[in-house]
Amino acid sequence: MASRGFVLTRLPGFNGIALGVFVALYLPIFMLVIYSFNAGKSVALWEGFSLQWYGIAWANDQVKDATVRSLYLALSAAVISTVLATMAALGTTRRRKFRGMTFIYVMINQPLMVPEIVSAVALLIFFAAIKQATDYQGMGYLIAAHSAFCIPFAYLPIRARLEGMDLTLETAAADLYASTWQTFRFVTLPLLLPGIFAGMMLAFVTSLDDVVITVFVKSAGQDTLPTYMLGQIRRQVTAEINAISTVLLALTVALLTLFFLLTRKKG
Amino acid sequence: MTQTIAVEANHVVKAFGHGETAVRALNDVSVQIRTGEFFTLLGPSGCGKTTLLRLIAGFEMPSAGTILLDGADITTLPPNKRPVNTVFQSYALFPHLTVAQNIGFGLEMLGRPKAEVKARVDQMLALVKLEPMADRKTSQLSGGQQQRVALARALAPTPKVLLLDEPLSALDLKLRKEMQLELKRLQLETGITFVFVTHDQEEALTMSDRIGVMSAGKLQQVGSPKEIYTKPVNRFVASFIGETNFLPATRDGDAYRLDCGIKVAAPSSATGRVTLTVRPEQIRIGAETDADALPAKVTNLVYFGTDTHCHVNLPDGTEVVVRLQSPATGDAGLALGQAVGLSFVPDALQVLED
Repeated sequence: MASRGFVLTRLPGFNGIALGVFVALYLPIFMLVIYSFNAGKSVALWEGFSLQWYGIAWANDQVKDATVRSLYLALSAAVISTVLATMAALGTTRRRKFRGMTFIYVMINQPLMVPEIVSAVALLIFFAAIKQATDYQGMGYLIAAHSAFCIPFAYLPIRARLEGMDLTLETAAADLYASTWQTFRFVTLPLLLPGIFAGMMLAFVTSLDDVVITVFVKSAGQDTLPTYMLGQIRRQVTAEINAISTVLLALTVALLTLFFLLTRKKG
Repeated sequence: MTQTIAVEANHVVKAFGHGETAVRALNDVSVQIRTGEFFTLLGPSGCGKTTLLRLIAGFEMPSAGTILLDGADITTLPPNKRPVNTVFQSYALFPHLTVAQNIGFGLEMLGRPKAEVKARVDQMLALVKLEPMADRKTSQLSGGQQQRVALARALAPTPKVLLLDEPLSALDLKLRKEMQLELKRLQLETGITFVFVTHDQEEALTMSDRIGVMSAGKLQQVGSPKEIYTKPVNRFVASFIGETNFLPATRDGDAYRLDCGIKVAAPSSATGRVTLTVRPEQIRIGAETDADALPAKVTNLVYFGTDTHCHVNLPDGTEVVVRLQSPATGDAGLALGQAVGLSFVPDALQVLED
């Protein structure tokens, strides 16, 4: 290797800092996973290996209820936001540039930049007005809120995939007698699918672990897994929380690995 | 006998951009491409040849002028409504489909019955000799095989005109030579009108029935390869196709007087200052004392194997290149600084318009 210019790894303390960062990032998570297998009640004192907390969490009806609601919410939000994000991505890549396009781009990604607590308060007030007017108390509010903030997470990988696509393929389809719809259906969409799946998975994971907006928007009895866990910790901390967190962690890692594999395999 | 016309462009203009910054990629181009011929648009990059092809395919709309296909105006028809197909420079094969699905794509989109599509795909696979590859993904094919899939895909719907946009430029020399012959064979077997775009003059000369030479958004000359080579109308055509010499001259009576003072005959009625052109292989080198010979001095000899290029200077300093077939010994029998006499074979001198 030619040592031209700035070589980061040769700076003094590089190894120490790198190690420190990884420890800070992963040690707490590692501890959490370890103590989920604790035989005792404590989350700080090791008393031997056991799977009891997984059993307790599995038998807990409140956990089951919150898990089902979380999955239902995350799936709904992922599907809705992905459909909207796909349309938005098509609208911002498959047409001539127009005035205000950058503005629209910023608007779509707004939830990434606005502090979440601001969105949460705004949604709380907005939905309160609707609740009063319609008397509807169902899951619709949470689904609408989650769909909205998941859009940018779904939008970015889909847009990236569309921009990376060879436009000559769509020209070739048109040359071979495909209408605009047929071109989309038989060429653009199949090539876009990995991007759509990736976007949907990111949206799913983002919705699954949301706390701030959920806490503000949910009605009584609409606990999701994260808000349930938050409530539990306020009362009493047991390793049951560790067990639930570990399962969530495993699910998220699995989905993100799949996301990585899908986006890495380009066309 | 009247020839039927497959494609006709009438005073076509294509401008990109607006106002002051607009660039005219095509500037008043009119051309008639005959049914069943192999027509080549030849020119350097940026001359507008690909733009003209894209206008015929319908990927672009002309800024002015009309385009006719079999006599019908198709100027504003979208590409999927035009019975023409394109072989793209990058092939543009669908990566998510198999070879057979790629070839059948056009007929599928036209809603033809499954059995008909299948039969036609098999026929096309046989035509381009790719039967064993039918179920492969296109990414598993070599460059030459991808090229043949692209051809089969474009020919499968039996277009009235096949457009080819520099399809051989990505292939290595040996494969390119093979594909040139293959293309010519396909054109003869199918009888379809081919419009072929290239910047390679050799490719154009060997394959085409007629060539349209383009430069700076204009069609400079249309003619058979022989006409283009032996009777170029202007400096651009003469220098773009093959090598040539330019000799400034002035009309003198019914002949032309070269600047070195010698009078030569050439078939033209152009008067005043003109430029004569003569190909290096159409000049003979003889003795200085030969009758009517142009006196010249050898300044350089370059050995090319089959040929030797002999650079000579006329008395007024004009440099002329003469191509001699190398003799068996490889020695042309000329020496630097040697005084020689040049003569032209009959009909070698052509007078250029500009």
